[in-house]
Amino acid sequence: MTAEMNEARPLLQLLNVSISPKKTPSRLLVNDVSFSIAAGKTTCVVGESGSGKSLTALSVMGLLSKQLQLTSGKVIFNDGLLNDNKSGEQDLTLLDQASLRKIRGAKIAMIFQEPMTSLNPVLTVGYQIGESLTTHLGLKGDTLKAKIASLLEMVGIPPSRANSYPDELSGGQRQRVMIAMSIACEPRLLIADEPTTALDVTVQAQILKLLDELKTRMNMGMLFITHDFGVVADIADNVVVMFRGQIVESGTKDEVLGNPQHPYTKALLDCVPDAEGKKPLKPIDYAWLKNTELKESGLNEEKAA
Amino acid sequence: MSNIILQANRLVKTYTQRSGKFGFGTTLVRALDDVSISLTEGKTLAVVGESGSGKSTLARCLLQLQPLDSGEVLFAGQDLAKLSGSDLRAVRKNLQMVFQDPFASLNPRMRVGEIVGEGLLIHQLGNTAEQQKKVIAMLKRVGLTEADMQKYPHEFSGGQRQRVGIARALVLQPKVVVCDEPVSALDVSIQAQILLLLKELQAEMALSYLFISHDLRVVRHIADDIVVMNGGKVVEQGKVEDIYQHPQHVYTQNLLAAIPGKKAVNA
Repeated sequence: MTAEMNEARPLLQLLNVSISPKKTPSRLLVNDVSFSIAAGKTTCVVGESGSGKSLTALSVMGLLSKQLQLTSGKVIFNDGLLNDNKSGEQDLTLLDQASLRKIRGAKIAMIFQEPMTSLNPVLTVGYQIGESLTTHLGLKGDTLKAKIASLLEMVGIPPSRANSYPDELSGGQRQRVMIAMSIACEPRLLIADEPTTALDVTVQAQILKLLDELKTRMNMGMLFITHDFGVVADIADNVVVMFRGQIVESGTKDEVLGNPQHPYTKALLDCVPDAEGKKPLKPIDYAWLKNTELKESGLNEEKAA
Repeated sequence: MSNIILQANRLVKTYTQRSGKFGFGTTLVRALDDVSISLTEGKTLAVVGESGSGKSTLARCLLQLQPLDSGEVLFAGQDLAKLSGSDLRAVRKNLQMVFQDPFASLNPRMRVGEIVGEGLLIHQLGNTAEQQKKVIAMLKRVGLTEADMQKYPHEFSGGQRQRVGIARALVLQPKVVVCDEPVSALDVSIQAQILLLLKELQAEMALSYLFISHDLRVVRHIADDIVVMNGGKVVEQGKVEDIYQHPQHVYTQNLLAAIPGKKAVNA
């Protein structure tokens, strides 16, 4: 697979997506966001809380809360038929709930931040992994059991744990179960919303490695939401930096981390403590940032100045 | 040589945990297993480890918020573990704590002025006007305003709430402050602000910090000395530079290797 092929037909394209509360449509929580994700690549969306990164991810799945609406924009999903120019493409924002349900879990899957609250405590983990296999692929009986076992093995949990309940597993194991659930139907796109934030560093490192391996093996696209630049450096191919609902900078990992252009990106990178302890910490001066206009022309003005 | 302000010798704390069928059996969990640490005056001692390593138990046991099974905690020549009631309360003025979760650690029904002033009230430091003055000065010092005294915690952001938590701990002018993961619930940008604030305050008020964290990048910036805990035991301790550059214990090496973005930083 060459880079050009991916450029030509990205797996997912967000085009001018804006999100606002239904009551106040003029208040844009996500403002004109566009980016794309290629198969087999990881795009990291980075930003502080309230920057709109989670909303952006939820809008892909059509999972926005009832108080919110997509004011404009398209979410074009290209279903993996990479050799065919047209047929795979569909705008997810135009689909009804029934068609979306067919895509969710099967073609696009999601992992959430808190592995304890995302699993049902009264069902065994094996059952929960099996749910989407039954719904989407119609697996039953021994084939289902065998598939569950192989999925658990793939994420590094002994298959015998299929009969365990979530509370019998550690945080890292629960997140592995979440991953097994999400990849059960071999989705084309995996959306991971801060999947390692609640975990210990050593466990985080294992989970990041696992996700990266699975992405390569299954040629999945990954939309990875995080606030941690360390994680970005480990896992990203492309980076999108969001601030107050807008994209302030996007590019490849090396471009954004190595040579940040926007003052906000620079400021955000400056307040990440480095493991060597050489770099002094510099908090963001929001008063100063307010003066650097963020609207459409913001980037260009900054470059011209 | 510098003075040791707080010293803990051979602390042991065990919990019983229900186990076996229907929880009829019990097993002992050693949360602290023969832990000894010493905090130098005016310095920051970081305690690092993963969840379940016993670092929060250590913090709570040092301040006698939980009883110890055995061991002694020496502060200003007194063994805190032997003190009780009013004696312990009097000493606590010098030992304050900043908590991890700025959302859960502030009483939602109290105004910020009351939250910060409560310690002064309890320890009967000065009359009402003086207490008021101290609260205002402290709030201003941590970057809040006088008007914030009348507000309730929910009116603040996470970073501002953590500032309230710091003001509450420092208004009593303590000697030792135990910070239990004070920045792990905050955004990186806010985290940097709070870390710098803690450092400034340390210099101004000659504070000694016991800083509990799982984030080795943060620890590197704030700590002078470091204690690495695993499974209730201290596996390694020493100066920050020594441990980061020449970690001796396998567990420490693994922790350091797991810091995200390490490859990229080195490259």
